[in-house]
Amino acid sequence: MKRLARFLVALLTIGALAACSSGGAGSGTTPAPASGSGSQASSGSEPAPAAETKTIGLAVSTLNNPFFVDLRDGAQAAADAAGVKLIVMDAQDDPAKQISQVEDLITQKVDALLINPTDSDAIVTAVEAANKASIPVITVDRGANGGKVAAHVASDNVLGGKMAGELIVELIGGKGKVAELEGIPGASAARDRGEGFHQAVDGVAGIEVVARQPADFDRAKGLTVMENILQANPDIVAVFAHNDEMALGALEAIEAAGKSEQIKVVGFDATDDAVKAVQEGRMAATVAQKPKDIGRLGVETAIKVLNGEKVDEYIPVELELVK
Amino acid sequence: MQAKVHIKDRVRQMGPGLAVIIMGLALSLLSREFLTVSNLLNLLRQVSINAIIACGMTLVILTGGIDLSVGSVLALSSAVLAGLAAGGTPWPLALLAALALGAALGLFNGVIITRGKIAPFVATLGTMAIARGFTLVYTGGRPVTGLPSALRWLGTGYVGPIPAPIIIMVAVFAVVYLVLAHTPVGRFIYAVGSNEEAARFAGIPVARVTALTYVITGLASALAGAILTGRLNSAQPTAGSGFELDAIAAVVLGGTSLAGGQGSVLGTAIGALIIGILDNGLNLLGVSSFYQQVAQGAVILLAVLMDRRK
Repeated sequence: MKRLARFLVALLTIGALAACSSGGAGSGTTPAPASGSGSQASSGSEPAPAAETKTIGLAVSTLNNPFFVDLRDGAQAAADAAGVKLIVMDAQDDPAKQISQVEDLITQKVDALLINPTDSDAIVTAVEAANKASIPVITVDRGANGGKVAAHVASDNVLGGKMAGELIVELIGGKGKVAELEGIPGASAARDRGEGFHQAVDGVAGIEVVARQPADFDRAKGLTVMENILQANPDIVAVFAHNDEMALGALEAIEAAGKSEQIKVVGFDATDDAVKAVQEGRMAATVAQKPKDIGRLGVETAIKVLNGEKVDEYIPVELELVK
Repeated sequence: MQAKVHIKDRVRQMGPGLAVIIMGLALSLLSREFLTVSNLLNLLRQVSINAIIACGMTLVILTGGIDLSVGSVLALSSAVLAGLAAGGTPWPLALLAALALGAALGLFNGVIITRGKIAPFVATLGTMAIARGFTLVYTGGRPVTGLPSALRWLGTGYVGPIPAPIIIMVAVFAVVYLVLAHTPVGRFIYAVGSNEEAARFAGIPVARVTALTYVITGLASALAGAILTGRLNSAQPTAGSGFELDAIAAVVLGGTSLAGGQGSVLGTAIGALIIGILDNGLNLLGVSSFYQQVAQGAVILLAVLMDRRK
């Protein structure tokens, strides 16, 4: 009996959560009896009447990072403005979980998918599944290495990396040892920012990149990786981190080692914490991506695709240097 | 009195199955998409990886042990599989090598537990770190890509209308079920878990039987790793983190006692299904991912609490 009771409790949990969700979503995740349009029985098989709201699924790599929270907020604002329903899924940086979530969004018959892949290769299976179901896919921030994607909305990361590299060259007077903290290996943002950075520094004779290590866009890893780099290379004069979380982690390591005068830190993304650190003079600069704009443009592009308008394959979102 | 106990046992055995049916009914009412053939196949495919690992884990837990290394073993064998296959080794050979590696890591667990007399929790915690470390060394921390399409079939292919991972899962459960229910080895596993001393006096090779359960679990993890590799179109160095908890949860939800000696793989199949339905159902209902974690944690805690009060 206890065992039975246990499962009844599990069931109640589901029930309660379901109640929360449909209460919160207003028009409803369940087949919208509240809309009163009478389209309940026929919807799905026939062309949708104008009144029926479109649904867009947004699969985010992780919401444990302010950048993607901003991206989600931008997307949500754009969806609200356009009267479109947005379903957000958080993969917690687990590629297997993300594929399952996209499959579940496809099962829900969303009209379009915005995917922010945890990994550009791993997401291919999910993109192909969406292609099979004829649901248009738009990738945001990170791209997909396969499958058919209607558009890719992202910052011009190569240009941003180059802007950061050029600033570092200027700050250290064109000579000295430099370290690079890389993002999740294989992610296109990591590749592109690194590429731009190297375009700027590799040609400068006095600059040597003595350490390049992945810290996976993570603050705690940025801290430990930087500690290790400082052990091996105490005479570094500048650090370029592929995102601010790693830059802030590195900053902790640098300040703990008492080297904050010696080492200039440049990050990427301009999160609130990083902008504050720049204003306080602890960090040299950060490249401002505009995650809210990425989210907004993602949703707007999806709506254009749904309306049958033509969209560019790559929609670059501008960047700016905050210093 | 006798009859009453009997009914109680019956209800206990049927509890998990009933829970699946009730959850299924509730979700069918709440979501139009839940009870469709395509979603059920989707659900089973999502469940397959955890179910296969949990199938092996059941044997380990039946002996009174635990295996925390499954996620890391999965990651290492997946990396080796992808590395060999992408490097030009014919895929059947690469697959065999990956499965052999999984079994070898299981044997390593089994030997240090039975010969080294180290508690399974600690021994497999060590293997968990070692295998994860080797995975990072082997991959350089980067995903391994460039797989031949035959390997992708394991994760994304179909036999008729049925996804390949489901067929592999059913085959694994069928084999393990038959071994447990109808062979001496199966009876030995239950005997070791019920009372190790008694089993030893009865002439059962306790050490070998125990080690065998870890070998099977290692093998199952490697097989699940091959499916995941196909599904992810790559081997991810961080793959499988936290999988041990999902697998243990499936086993416990399925009614297998953490103290050993009691339980079945059919229960585990249902336990894995419950976890899968929870994930899939909450997604379909559009519940925030943050609440989903709370729900999953709560269900696991409740299951373990009930197990202890039994």
